[in-house]
Amino acid sequence: MQYMILIYSDPTSEPAYGTKEFDAMMGGYFMLNERMKADGVLKAGEALQGIETATSVRQRGGKVETMDGPFAETKEHLGGYYLIDVPDLDTALKYAALVPAVAYGTVEVRPLMNYNPMDN
Amino acid sequence: MTTAAPQAIAATKALEAVMRDDRGRLMAALISRLRDWELAEEVLQEAALSAVSHWGRAGPPSSPQGWLLKVALRKAIDRMRGGAREAKKAAAMAVLAKAEAEEMEAAHIPDERLSLIVTCCHPALEQKSQVALTLRTVCGLTTTDIARVFLDSEPAMGQRLSRAKAKIAKARIPFAVPGPEAWEDRLNAVLTTVYLIFTTGYTAGPDEPRDLCAEAIFLARLLADLRPAEAEIEGALALLLLTDSRRAARIGPDGATLPPAAQDRRLWDAPALAEGRALLDQALARRAPGPFQIKAAIAACQMADPGPDWPQIAALYTRLYIHEPTPVIALNHAVALAEAGYVTEALARLHPLDAALQAYQPYHAARAALLARAGRHDDSRVAYDRAIAMAGSLNDALFLSKGRDALPR
Repeated sequence: MQYMILIYSDPTSEPAYGTKEFDAMMGGYFMLNERMKADGVLKAGEALQGIETATSVRQRGGKVETMDGPFAETKEHLGGYYLIDVPDLDTALKYAALVPAVAYGTVEVRPLMNYNPMDN
Repeated sequence: MTTAAPQAIAATKALEAVMRDDRGRLMAALISRLRDWELAEEVLQEAALSAVSHWGRAGPPSSPQGWLLKVALRKAIDRMRGGAREAKKAAAMAVLAKAEAEEMEAAHIPDERLSLIVTCCHPALEQKSQVALTLRTVCGLTTTDIARVFLDSEPAMGQRLSRAKAKIAKARIPFAVPGPEAWEDRLNAVLTTVYLIFTTGYTAGPDEPRDLCAEAIFLARLLADLRPAEAEIEGALALLLLTDSRRAARIGPDGATLPPAAQDRRLWDAPALAEGRALLDQALARRAPGPFQIKAAIAACQMADPGPDWPQIAALYTRLYIHEPTPVIALNHAVALAEAGYVTEALARLHPLDAALQAYQPYHAARAALLARAGRHDDSRVAYDRAIAMAGSLNDALFLSKGRDALPR
């Protein structure tokens, strides 16, 4: 079963670059990556550039509109994700709890949609 | 006039008894094999329907539970056959057929109710859904009964239950007893749900068609059976029994709520009280402290002879605060301090809680009583008015009015 771990946080409450807390956070991500690789559960995982680089696209009235900025005006932004393959939700939640952002942001765990009717 | 043969009546009675006593056990066995909550519920219902006609003709079988489980599994196999999608389904059916072929006497059905309860109380489900799902699946309450308890409409409660079952399936919440690293947290979630069922029943009063206090005690006893020698389960059961034992005494002859200290002790249920105290001692002797044991100890101290042991209660709230650092526990601690004679200290501790507890009725009630003790009668009257306006029951309002009216003019 595949789960997406979505990492949301408010950039202003994240540890700042150059501080001890920042190093600890990066160390936490490094350790989590290594652990998920060693456990053979990691399918993918990336961090995203800040929302000042985001562009939203939508089509209204047959016309594609492009807008500067993220989709939602919220304090916490999607900052990165992991895609993991584990047996059940409890296992997925165990890895999610190791994401350093749980300490200052929110980590959301969502099962992937399964298109194979044989599994249902 | 009914013309039903005595055999049919006996069959219906036997079925009712099994479905009342063993529904949770059968559901647990079906869910663990089918991995589908909705399907498990439906096939058990169908099996019960077919029991009415079969048992009516031939009398109840030697193992009614085994019969129901076997028939329910057959119904599930039939359904799968109907929509069979080759390889995968065939494998699932083979597993079911094997389970079905095994001779199923009641004693042989493995008891998977602990998995069932901890899954119903999984923290990935909303608290209210945990309560509803536990009442539906483990206690066998109908959706109508549960909707009534929550003052919800039946369709809304039905939807809530469906959503919870769908999440269990789609997010693959495991049907299993968690390992030792997660056990303590998950047990706490289960006991919190059980306690919530109890307090809902305690507030609703004994007139409800289903006595939720009794359901909660049933669940706590079941947990104690399924997981013996667990201090927190014993503590939770002790807490429920101690609180329940003074149920008949909690409202005075004039209809006003009475705190334990003012209750007529002759109305306390002596066997329940004794069992609660014995369980608490047994739990504490295990030297594995936890919040439910502390709460049970507080309940026991409130019922101490000849009156509540307030210094001890205050000390216990200090320990409880370590487990649950909430403003409500801090409030209870302050009240115990005041009762132990430290009124000024108690009022000082109340002050920082003011913002967090504005919408919490017991805060205003406690503050009113404390201000009265401190001789600040005008402030007390204002707090009493507020507490009375927010009171959840007439009995509580009456109790508070008596306090307000006792203030010197």
